[in-house]
Amino acid sequence: MHQPAIHVAAIRKAYGRTVAVDDVSFDVQPGEIFGLIGPNGAGKTTTMECVEGLRTPDSGVISVLGLSPTRDIYALQERIGVQLQEAQLQKRIKVREAVALWASLYRKPADGDRLIEQLGLSDKRNAWFMTLSGGQKQRLFIALALINDPELVFLDELTTGLDPQARRAIWDLVRGIRQRGKTVLLTTHLMEEAERLCDRVAIIDHGRIIDVGTPAELVRRHCPEQTVVLATDDVTAPAHLGAIPEIESVIVEGSLLTVRGRAADLVTQVIGCVAEHRIRVTDFRTEVPTLEDVFLRLTGHTIRD
Amino acid sequence: MLRGLWRLTWLEIKIFVREPLGVIGTVGVPVFAFIAVARLIGPSVRTGSPGVPRFVSVDLPIFTSQLIAASSVLSLVTIVAIYREGGILKRLRATPLRAHTILAAHVLVKLLTTAVTVTLMILAGRRYFPLEADAPIVSFGLGLLFCTVSIISLGFLIASVVPTARFAQPIGTAIIYPMLGISGLFMPLESLPPALRAVAHLLPFTYSVSLLRGIWHGEGWLNHAGDVAMLTLIFAACIAVSTKLFRWE
Repeated sequence: MHQPAIHVAAIRKAYGRTVAVDDVSFDVQPGEIFGLIGPNGAGKTTTMECVEGLRTPDSGVISVLGLSPTRDIYALQERIGVQLQEAQLQKRIKVREAVALWASLYRKPADGDRLIEQLGLSDKRNAWFMTLSGGQKQRLFIALALINDPELVFLDELTTGLDPQARRAIWDLVRGIRQRGKTVLLTTHLMEEAERLCDRVAIIDHGRIIDVGTPAELVRRHCPEQTVVLATDDVTAPAHLGAIPEIESVIVEGSLLTVRGRAADLVTQVIGCVAEHRIRVTDFRTEVPTLEDVFLRLTGHTIRD
Repeated sequence: MLRGLWRLTWLEIKIFVREPLGVIGTVGVPVFAFIAVARLIGPSVRTGSPGVPRFVSVDLPIFTSQLIAASSVLSLVTIVAIYREGGILKRLRATPLRAHTILAAHVLVKLLTTAVTVTLMILAGRRYFPLEADAPIVSFGLGLLFCTVSIISLGFLIASVVPTARFAQPIGTAIIYPMLGISGLFMPLESLPPALRAVAHLLPFTYSVSLLRGIWHGEGWLNHAGDVAMLTLIFAACIAVSTKLFRWE
């Protein structure tokens, strides 16, 4: 088995009496997008900044591309790209100047003009940083994170504060980074972002990792029940559906039936039953549990609390 | 080690020039204030004129240069504080740029603006205070840059620790101007109480005033080797301490 891109073992970081990160361990494999997900203040950024070498954990071991972020930081900086939460640049620096400055800092820089073009900033090349929109600023920060053609890219709360359209555009860019064979470690408090973007996620709350897996795995493991909601005037429907062994409950509210069960093929069974008994259905939808539900189940609170 | 220094310096110069108010405040205001004062009192004042404070009639070049150095320190402190508060320093930290490269770039920008301001003042002031033919302008200019580097290193130290941009200016002012007050410019060091005199001997302004005054009045650098040594020592000490204390965020 090959070496993981990031190996984190039992790190802990406290600020005074507040323990920000407590016994956190995870591995990130080369070529995957790995997400640290959890509410604000859960310890995601502190964990990431320890991995980036910006902070030193009180205890524990971190290895990034086989290097130590504290001892080998200079060697490591050539091989990683970093986008930080709430970072800014000089107000009056131009986009192309920032890219050129960053390019001058690394031994083997990528083509800055091409990056500007790929990130859709060509018509903003000569714009001052302060005049850019939130989405443009984040795209510039992605360009800066990619300027040294890094093997590993860190993205911290990349789309926070962006409108949905800008967010989707950024997601496409991050997928593009993975397609170029790079590894991505990102943090987000948006479960939808994690679900759409991440190959694997670690759920983190109060400084501890609660579980790690692919979004689908986590949903299956923690929220296996499926829900089908259908609308029908057929009064025999609840009885027919209730006769299916895998179905745990059928709740009737007027003409709306909510059917719950744990079988993987619950939807097929419901459709089969409806067809067999010629039940006339006027509406039909499934409710699939999401990472949001997983988070609620695991922590007892929603991610926005 | 200093990778990116020239590009960053050049960039910071351009960024500085893009803010008209900053340029006017840093370069324009001192020059115009100088001209205004010179027009008011200029014609009547000659070296050693009676009834005019000594620091105007004799030490005007030194007084002016120290004020410019002091304002360089203050603006350095403020800029670093703004960069820290805005997360700019933090972003730069995650690159191969080092703290001393960033500070060095800002010092170079400050030295350049100081040089430009002083040059403009000399040109503008010529009408009111004609330079004596043998005034050691070049030597004085070099001396001023040397002193400014040492004084700015004190700014490094303050800039490394001031918590927020809002406090940077008042804290800097509260520290810098009293130093100027006991630098020997306004009253001889000997007339200071012993405690203040001891403090004065630790401050760069004291040696800066002594060195520049010496150069202006035609004494050689060698006669002021002690001042040069102390300014170098203060510079080294401030840099060493501020590198340890430097806060990125």
